Amino acid sequence: MEKKENFFKVKHLYNRAGFGIAYPELEHLSRKNLHKSIKELFSNAQKITDLNTVDASETRQQLLMQAGLNGKKDFSPEEKEQRQEIIRKISQKGRDLNIEWIQRMISTDAPLLEKMTLFWHGHFACRSGNPYFSQQLNNIQRKYALGSFKTLLIEVSKSPAMLQYLNNQQNRKNHPNENFARELMELFTIGRGNYTEQDIRESARAFTGWTYNKDGDFEFKPTIHDTGSKIFFGKTGNFDGEAIIDLILEKPATATFICRKLYTFFVSDTPNEVHIQELSSCFYDQQYDISAVMKKMFEAEWFYSSENTGNKIKSPAELLVGLSREFFVTYNKPQVLIQLQSSLGQYLFNPPNVAGWPGGRSWIDSSSLMLRMKIPSLVLNDGLIDFNAKADPEEEALLAINRKPKIQKKSYINAEANWEKFLNTLPKNCSTADLAAFLLQPLPGSKIKSLTTNSSDLKKTAIEITSTPEYQLC
Amino acid sequence: MKRRDFLKNSMLTAAGTFVVPAFIKPFEALALDELTLYKNLVVVQLSGGNDGLNTVIPFGNDIYYQKRKNIAIKPQELIKLDDMQGLNPNLSALKEIYDQGWMSIINDVGYPNPDRSHFRSMDIWQTASDANQFLSTGWIGRYLDSNCQSCKFPYTAIEVDDSLSLAMKGKTKKGIALKDPAALFRNTNEPFFKEMMNNDKEHLDEDNLGYLYKTMIETSSSASYIQNTSKIYQDNFTYPSTGFASQLKTVAKFISSGLKTRVYYVSLSGFDTHVDQTPQQGRLLKQYAEGINAFLKDLKQNNKLDDTLVLTFSEFGRRVEQNASNGTDHGTANNMFLFGGKLKKQGIYNAAPNLQDLEAGDLKYQVDFRQVYGTILDKWLDVNNAQILNQRFNTLDFI
Repeated sequence: MEKKENFFKVKHLYNRAGFGIAYPELEHLSRKNLHKSIKELFSNAQKITDLNTVDASETRQQLLMQAGLNGKKDFSPEEKEQRQEIIRKISQKGRDLNIEWIQRMISTDAPLLEKMTLFWHGHFACRSGNPYFSQQLNNIQRKYALGSFKTLLIEVSKSPAMLQYLNNQQNRKNHPNENFARELMELFTIGRGNYTEQDIRESARAFTGWTYNKDGDFEFKPTIHDTGSKIFFGKTGNFDGEAIIDLILEKPATATFICRKLYTFFVSDTPNEVHIQELSSCFYDQQYDISAVMKKMFEAEWFYSSENTGNKIKSPAELLVGLSREFFVTYNKPQVLIQLQSSLGQYLFNPPNVAGWPGGRSWIDSSSLMLRMKIPSLVLNDGLIDFNAKADPEEEALLAINRKPKIQKKSYINAEANWEKFLNTLPKNCSTADLAAFLLQPLPGSKIKSLTTNSSDLKKTAIEITSTPEYQLC
Repeated sequence: MKRRDFLKNSMLTAAGTFVVPAFIKPFEALALDELTLYKNLVVVQLSGGNDGLNTVIPFGNDIYYQKRKNIAIKPQELIKLDDMQGLNPNLSALKEIYDQGWMSIINDVGYPNPDRSHFRSMDIWQTASDANQFLSTGWIGRYLDSNCQSCKFPYTAIEVDDSLSLAMKGKTKKGIALKDPAALFRNTNEPFFKEMMNNDKEHLDEDNLGYLYKTMIETSSSASYIQNTSKIYQDNFTYPSTGFASQLKTVAKFISSGLKTRVYYVSLSGFDTHVDQTPQQGRLLKQYAEGINAFLKDLKQNNKLDDTLVLTFSEFGRRVEQNASNGTDHGTANNMFLFGGKLKKQGIYNAAPNLQDLEAGDLKYQVDFRQVYGTILDKWLDVNNAQILNQRFNTLDFI
């Protein structure tokens, strides 16, 4: 097997910037200049395709019917049934959207684009009871994932999902709701310690009138917009929402805040302020061009240093997508992907709160770790599922209408790995030790070595290797 | 390779003074004086926002009947506790518990600027944060982190479920989730995992790989400890055949077998009753009351009731006025229940909700839920509540 330094660098790059890499591609790229691999990631990310599971008008109709029924005093049995049916349908659409995205991540030719979308999904964390809004926001996060942060920020701020989630529909002249303004600064741009409570109050006024209409489009309503003079960051003016965003982006602290978050997502749980400053100056100087700062990161020598390789805990999405990509897994019952996400603590489109998933070691507790190590044998060997996910608090209404508690039946995961295809990607004479070195990001220690020396069966070794603590790292 | 070699070498040079970390110490090696009687806390979470006003009914107040024309519980149907409040008839199994002095009801518990989203409000209750603050650790998790005398074991906090709630996650320590001790024991005893853990000396480092190995080894030793300790205990008490009761039965088994766990977490969900509330809530309250009844009697029989405190909460109460669908919508303050053999103030703890003085149709809270947590942390778990709650909360008088 190639032992060239480049081999490990490309593998690391594709694990962090994407969801892993197949052996032939890795071998191919490791013969070239590393710069070429980076370029290829970016050029593949240029083809942007929206998710389109959820139909706008269908969702609107369902929600209208639901609202109509909710206003009624007494229900006929048919109406009751109808109402439950709508709730079920809407919630099913939400799950379909989730599955479409995770399947996209598994099969995409633009891994960097989906990885960046995943990053922004956690950064601009949002929940919506309207699956069409969720899809819209996800598509915004993909469309501008590697574009201008300013455009991304404005589009997210104008998305119905976010306007609804952070109560900007209720933010009116003389009756400001500060929720959006607060999170905009605390979590989306500059971070705590860089603004005052007065800045929040005044900027909330600037976002009055930012609403969405019944078609799910942004609409600026001048009648409820506060046109009065505002004092923000010590400046006085008749600021509107976009002017506030400009003033926030003028502060280098915003670039630093975003770069620290990018660093902890892509590089290491332990922020290195010198490296972050390097990224931050680049981001600021390049007018918040996300591609520019990501290139800078992947080109940096420290990105490939030993303390930054094989030492990051994979998020549940990275683990599931990586494993499924690696072994060409088909899920005959894709709903199981939701059960897995939920049990592992990262149910996409359902972040714990607007701050997103805390990440790092918080992914790991006794139960999630045991489950993580069990998943490869479940998925790759069609194992029996003997665990249940917690109900999401937002699904309580759905639970409440199901009179009889569901009896949880044990079921098989019903997934198939394409072993033939996987084994064919491996080089001839691939030893079990070579396989371990390929599948794992941390360098194999003595446990892994003894594991591989005792076996010559590649399939068995692959399942074992992916069931280790080492495989949880990338 | 270089880094690990270095670590290995540095450990070898220090071999003479090398101290075995606590987590790989066999449990037998722990001093016997640590096996003192344990006070237990059992947290019961009612998910979905239980309607407190139809749980403990302010029947003495006419406003209740005016606001809830179709779903109010009639005075002749409910279980009267005093001249003002009574229990929902589906809670009849709690009547004898109440009469024994094992139950305390705290009215109007909430927090400033209440949030009506299930998820967010549950987050606030589980992390004990302010309404505008986002914490990534839970209140019990931070209790574990505090490394106090009473909470040093990896099995100090157990959630009877397949996955762990945020409430149980600290920064450095976390509770353990298990629905069935035998299943977890089997899982961690898979020959392959055993082999991975066997004699592991390589991963004692503080890096993430070390953390994963440490978690795996702790899970395994906790699973063995829990399984081996609890399997000796013969449970002969009969519980209702509901999922909720069986969670409590597992907890009772752990407590009665002398497990050195201090906090248990169980939950019951389905309380989001926007439509046709009465039968739905009634069914759940019945499950709740019958489960609690069996649990407390079981503990009493095993002389553990005095060492146990049960706390019940829900993420919010519901609006005072019913909605058009014979249900109720998300509200704010709610009642909390406490159970135990050593309650200082039994029965109704404070004044019934004031239905006249509302905030936009919602109850105003009298007691911050963190005062209840703070009281338990201070007086039951023996740790200064300011350390866990990030600010000092005044304690109450229920224990």
